Amino acid sequence: MPTLTSPQQQKKNPQPQKQRIEPWSDPHAEPYLRIERITKKFGDFTAVDDVTLKVYKGEIFCLLGGSGSGKTTLLRVLAGFEEPTAGSVFIDGQDMTGIPPYERPVNMMFQSYALFPHMSVEKNVAFGLQQEGLPRAEISQRVAEMLEIVKMTPYARRKPHQLSGGQRQRVALARSLVKRPKLLLLDEPLGALDRKLREHTQFELVNIQEQLGVTFVVVTHDQEEAMTLASRIGVMNHGKIVQVGTPSEIYEYPNSRFVADFIGSVNMFEGRLVEDEPDYVRIASEELGGTFYIDHGVSSAPGATVWVALRPEKIAISRERSSENVDNAVPGVIKEIAYMGDMSIYLVRLPAGKTVRVTQPNVIRHAENRLTWDEEVWLHWHPSSAVVVTQ
Amino acid sequence: MAAPGYVTLGERMSVALAWLFQGITQSPAYRWLRKRGMRGRALVVAVPSLWLLLFFVVPFLIVLKISFAETAYSVPPYTPLIDWSGEQVLALKLYLSNYAFLLEDPLYFNAYVNSVKVAAISTILCLLIGYPMAYGIARASPAWRNVLLMMIILPFWTSFLLRVYAWIGMLRTDGVINDILLFIGIIDQPLVMLQTDIAVYIGIVYSYLPFMVLPLYANLEKMDLTLLEAAADLGSRPAKAFLRITLPLSLPGIIAGCMLVFIPAVGEFVIPALLGGPDSLMIGRVLWDEFFANRDWPVASAVAIAMLLLLVVPIMIFQYMQGRQMAAHR
Repeated sequence: MPTLTSPQQQKKNPQPQKQRIEPWSDPHAEPYLRIERITKKFGDFTAVDDVTLKVYKGEIFCLLGGSGSGKTTLLRVLAGFEEPTAGSVFIDGQDMTGIPPYERPVNMMFQSYALFPHMSVEKNVAFGLQQEGLPRAEISQRVAEMLEIVKMTPYARRKPHQLSGGQRQRVALARSLVKRPKLLLLDEPLGALDRKLREHTQFELVNIQEQLGVTFVVVTHDQEEAMTLASRIGVMNHGKIVQVGTPSEIYEYPNSRFVADFIGSVNMFEGRLVEDEPDYVRIASEELGGTFYIDHGVSSAPGATVWVALRPEKIAISRERSSENVDNAVPGVIKEIAYMGDMSIYLVRLPAGKTVRVTQPNVIRHAENRLTWDEEVWLHWHPSSAVVVTQ
Repeated sequence: MAAPGYVTLGERMSVALAWLFQGITQSPAYRWLRKRGMRGRALVVAVPSLWLLLFFVVPFLIVLKISFAETAYSVPPYTPLIDWSGEQVLALKLYLSNYAFLLEDPLYFNAYVNSVKVAAISTILCLLIGYPMAYGIARASPAWRNVLLMMIILPFWTSFLLRVYAWIGMLRTDGVINDILLFIGIIDQPLVMLQTDIAVYIGIVYSYLPFMVLPLYANLEKMDLTLLEAAADLGSRPAKAFLRITLPLSLPGIIAGCMLVFIPAVGEFVIPALLGGPDSLMIGRVLWDEFFANRDWPVASAVAIAMLLLLVVPIMIFQYMQGRQMAAHR
């Protein structure tokens, strides 16, 4: 098994590989990839706007954003295909400014895979090693090892057009990993695969990453992909990083309406801060037709307009008003039900006119007396469930 | 996008095509053919086949026939192939002497070799000049690309013959090029360029360059540029990436361009006749002389048949290579 960390680097980072480490919460940890105030403009258009990021060794860092959010441009700046308008990139302490892509200790897996159509799988994987001028025996040994890891050994002699999409993806991965890069950049790595294959490949990708210990920077627009792959996610919008955090932080504690809305589905209520205490707040919302009681403080002035984000799965639905969660309960009428198998989605109309999305797992197989269309119900949720965002 | 009531040209054309198609498929002639197993596909193939039969196979057979005849003072100036010699004898006379003559006289062999040599060198020169041109056009911005392509195609709007004549004015001892060089003072004696092999090469390369550039451009333009990024990412410098990625992938374009230059250049007549000297012997000129100076139609036909066979071999190689490429990229 090739080890991708030199002994020197291991001394610096003595924790064993398998243990889940959180270097980003350690203020003394040295970031492996440091992006400092990178701006990239194309004419008048600012694709990447003053982005600063720290990525630590062994991480899978996901840049998540919609199309045109600048995530791919940022990745191309890291690879060296685009020269930043301002700012610099440091990899393992080394300034990358002015270093062409063919001299960077970075490899990229392209969205289209960009396999060389006139070369066999073997030759594709060997290409990068040949550029280093390694002896033939070492090249073939390392190629064989890498094909073994991605389980493509039986297809070594095939040309890319004779492979399926999933197999091409593995070859592209092998080709980008065989040079043992310090940093692997992946541009929508699973984008071209169908759903079933994607789920399977996601876990495999994480396994290979853990096995080799390479730091991954992944660009994706698919939040599900980001959630399963990433150790941390950086959400991008209009060229800026709007939030950085672990998948659960991003999901449970979004810092803005954009992030709350972009990751998963959410019910968003506009409201006004009416009671602001250090350990709880009350927010009056016309859309809700009542007030939210939230069991944590908010750093905002009383009377300010805020938004309350409530995830559909955090809302309970019942015929009678529950004796728990008395502070957070509203009546409504079921307008739509979608049965998804593992869960059901209810669209509930509140008296104030807003439609709320509620999801409930289908725990019982043949539930009698199911909730049905046009039934009057109560929605309630725990005081800790709602998130207040101010921007 | 289109306002209601407004019909785009494309829509109109598709309606017209659908109408035409319906007209054809419902015609009695089509039904008659259909009943006898003729499908639309067979009809589509039949039209060019008929064209080729009429304008290639039949003339070829006539030339082949003449090549087996003997010269005669008659109209036409050769003996008939099949002769009714009376006494219930139908004689088929094949004179092989024309082909034997081609082998005996070194003139023809030399002319063939020289033609292939001139064509091969011209093809290589065209490739060396045309590849960078095609590459430059393919990598230019879309607005520039059209301008540059236009400039490649523009000479076709003038007669080929006129353009070759123009070169006489350029290459003469008192021509434009010599005047300029004398004026600048690079030379003090005019260079003899006209009626040399160099003039022939200049003429052929000038005339056939677009046939090299256009297929190469078509190939280079559709190349996926992320492949070059991938090569750079894997540590390959631009020059090496060109040699290992761009060049191999443009091979079909190189082959197509070379064939398009080489094949007509072998049989080229006008350029060596106008620009070449008496010793720049090419098979096209020999053919002309046999037909129009010697009036020896049978030998001329034999020369033509031999030239055709000479060219069929590279064409077949080309077809084979292209077939393999197509299969590889399916």
